[in-house]
Amino acid sequence: MLIRKYPSVLIFLAVLAVFTLIVTIMSQAYGTGAIPTSTIKLFGKTLCLALAALAMDVVWGYAGILSLGHMAFFALGGYMIGMWLMYARTEEIVTATLANAPIPPTPIEVQEGIAGQIFGVVGSTDLPLAWSFAGSLQIQLLLVLLVPGIFALLFGWLAFRSRVNGVYLSILTQAMTLALALWLFQNDSGFRGNNGLSGLQNIPGLTDLPQSTISIWFLWASALALGVTYVLASWLVSGKFGSVIRAIRDDEARVRFLGYSVEGYKLFIFTLTAMICAIAGALYYPQAGIINPAELAPIASIYLAVWVAIGGRGRLYGAVIGAIFVSLLSSWFTGGKAPDVNLGFYTINWVDWWQVLLGVAFVLVTLFAPRGLSSIIDAVAGLRHPMRRGKDLGPDLGALREKEAEA
Amino acid sequence: MSDLLEVSGISKSFDGFKAINNLSFSIAEAELRAIIGPNGAGKTTFMDIVTGKTRPDEGQVRWGELSRSLLRMSEAQIAREGIGRKFQRPTVFEDQSVADNLTMALKAPRGAFSVLFWKAGKASRARVEELAAEVGLAEHLNRKAGELSHGQKQWLEIGMLLAQEPRLLLVDEPAAGMTLAEREQTTTLLKRLAETRAVVVVEHDMEFVRRLNCKVTVLHQGAVLAEGSLDHVSANPDVIEVYLGR
Repeated sequence: MLIRKYPSVLIFLAVLAVFTLIVTIMSQAYGTGAIPTSTIKLFGKTLCLALAALAMDVVWGYAGILSLGHMAFFALGGYMIGMWLMYARTEEIVTATLANAPIPPTPIEVQEGIAGQIFGVVGSTDLPLAWSFAGSLQIQLLLVLLVPGIFALLFGWLAFRSRVNGVYLSILTQAMTLALALWLFQNDSGFRGNNGLSGLQNIPGLTDLPQSTISIWFLWASALALGVTYVLASWLVSGKFGSVIRAIRDDEARVRFLGYSVEGYKLFIFTLTAMICAIAGALYYPQAGIINPAELAPIASIYLAVWVAIGGRGRLYGAVIGAIFVSLLSSWFTGGKAPDVNLGFYTINWVDWWQVLLGVAFVLVTLFAPRGLSSIIDAVAGLRHPMRRGKDLGPDLGALREKEAEA
Repeated sequence: MSDLLEVSGISKSFDGFKAINNLSFSIAEAELRAIIGPNGAGKTTFMDIVTGKTRPDEGQVRWGELSRSLLRMSEAQIAREGIGRKFQRPTVFEDQSVADNLTMALKAPRGAFSVLFWKAGKASRARVEELAAEVGLAEHLNRKAGELSHGQKQWLEIGMLLAQEPRLLLVDEPAAGMTLAEREQTTTLLKRLAETRAVVVVEHDMEFVRRLNCKVTVLHQGAVLAEGSLDHVSANPDVIEVYLGR
């Protein structure tokens, strides 16, 4: 049923599988070694960003909530998994060090050692309350979902209940993100202030494995998460539920008079996508190796919206394409690999000028290609967007029809 | 016969302007009623209050056998209680097919989770087809609502209202933008609907009201000016002065 309605799901899964297979075959750990480990990590991270973009597309493109705070949930997911990674890794080191002592260490001593190692950098030796469960992978994995989920639920409940809409909601989500980032920047909030959590690429218990192997595992996990979420999101936006959230996007007052609780639906979508972002973050940061409060800066969430807009919002594959295209392009430009353009009187250095290019691209896409990069796919599929300038499409059977509007 | 909806002594002012001024109104279980009045008489505000969009400053709105107050309920709750509203401008979801529009309006549990796991069955498909046939859109089920003509959109919206199976139907200027033939169809439909439920029609067009051949309530400056048959209220000198005389 789902496949019949959205054949793109199959194509998407096939492309994702082929990509993962090719990368695996060319990796250092399982294949020829043509792709260096750092590139594999880049691919894995990009898939996580695509996952976040997918969530953003559901919440913005389908439900019409322009949240500028979803990267905060992404980073929160990263923090939650980062706490375990850092704690368990430090525990290994501390235990190994103390093992040489003449008297075996007590659990308290071990914990104090860990706290000293982790929080010495912010001048503290106590383990903050928030780290109570950091030693347990299961609990921290649960918290990856629960902390951003409950946070989104509370925020959404307050915002949607007061019927905060449109640009005001966007500003509110941005303020939330900024407040959270500023709080995390403080040394005494218990998350190592602006140092953030580091060394996350070292997976406790797997220290003997080379990074080349771990990076491939994370690539698989990221691809799997993206594939599963893509199917889930397609199912969500098809059928009656999808109908209702698109209706809320287009005319929420009318949906209310149909008897649907608009606030409830918004809250559901907001929280669900926040949790998807958190999963993406939990997969991203072990590959990135470090997380700090700068990752929560509002600009990150704005980037997320830009990816979705450039890829084509209201289409799931559009969001994924946008995120992959823009973030890979951005690492190419900012990595210094793009050749400078010498204009004679001025040399365009892409590291500096890339953001200008991105900004111009965003404006142009918004103005001239509202469907973003996915309009290329439309063109291939022979779908045309009628220029109806807000008018009705016309009552006559011969009039231009809106065939392209699958979403 | 008990009243389905009873509005008593409601008032509402916007920045000092009294849109509704101590208005009382009631309608029975199965009745067709027309509300007429000049611009600014408070017709739309009255509908907003009944559907929960606006809260009155004072007064009571009571509903159903148990005479429950509607004032504490949200728009969605009131809609689920069985009050349907048709807007002046046809508001259908243009980006979605006629069938999707109707399916969304079908009487069914409205919670997020029950909707998420809702599946179209034989019964629901048959009901959608039946409704589409009733409003003359049977051949257009798979077309996007945005492609329909203005009149067809009006009909689709009426179909969506029928799908909700409301006990009280509030209809705002149904004849606006309709051709003569469509108007006649609308009159017939509204009359038929009023056999099984309460229907309130807000209308400007006296000719259309005459066709409905029902009890008429005349609003003026947020209060009821006259009530009775169209001929009765047309003969009322107050009504002639504020409305018909000009």
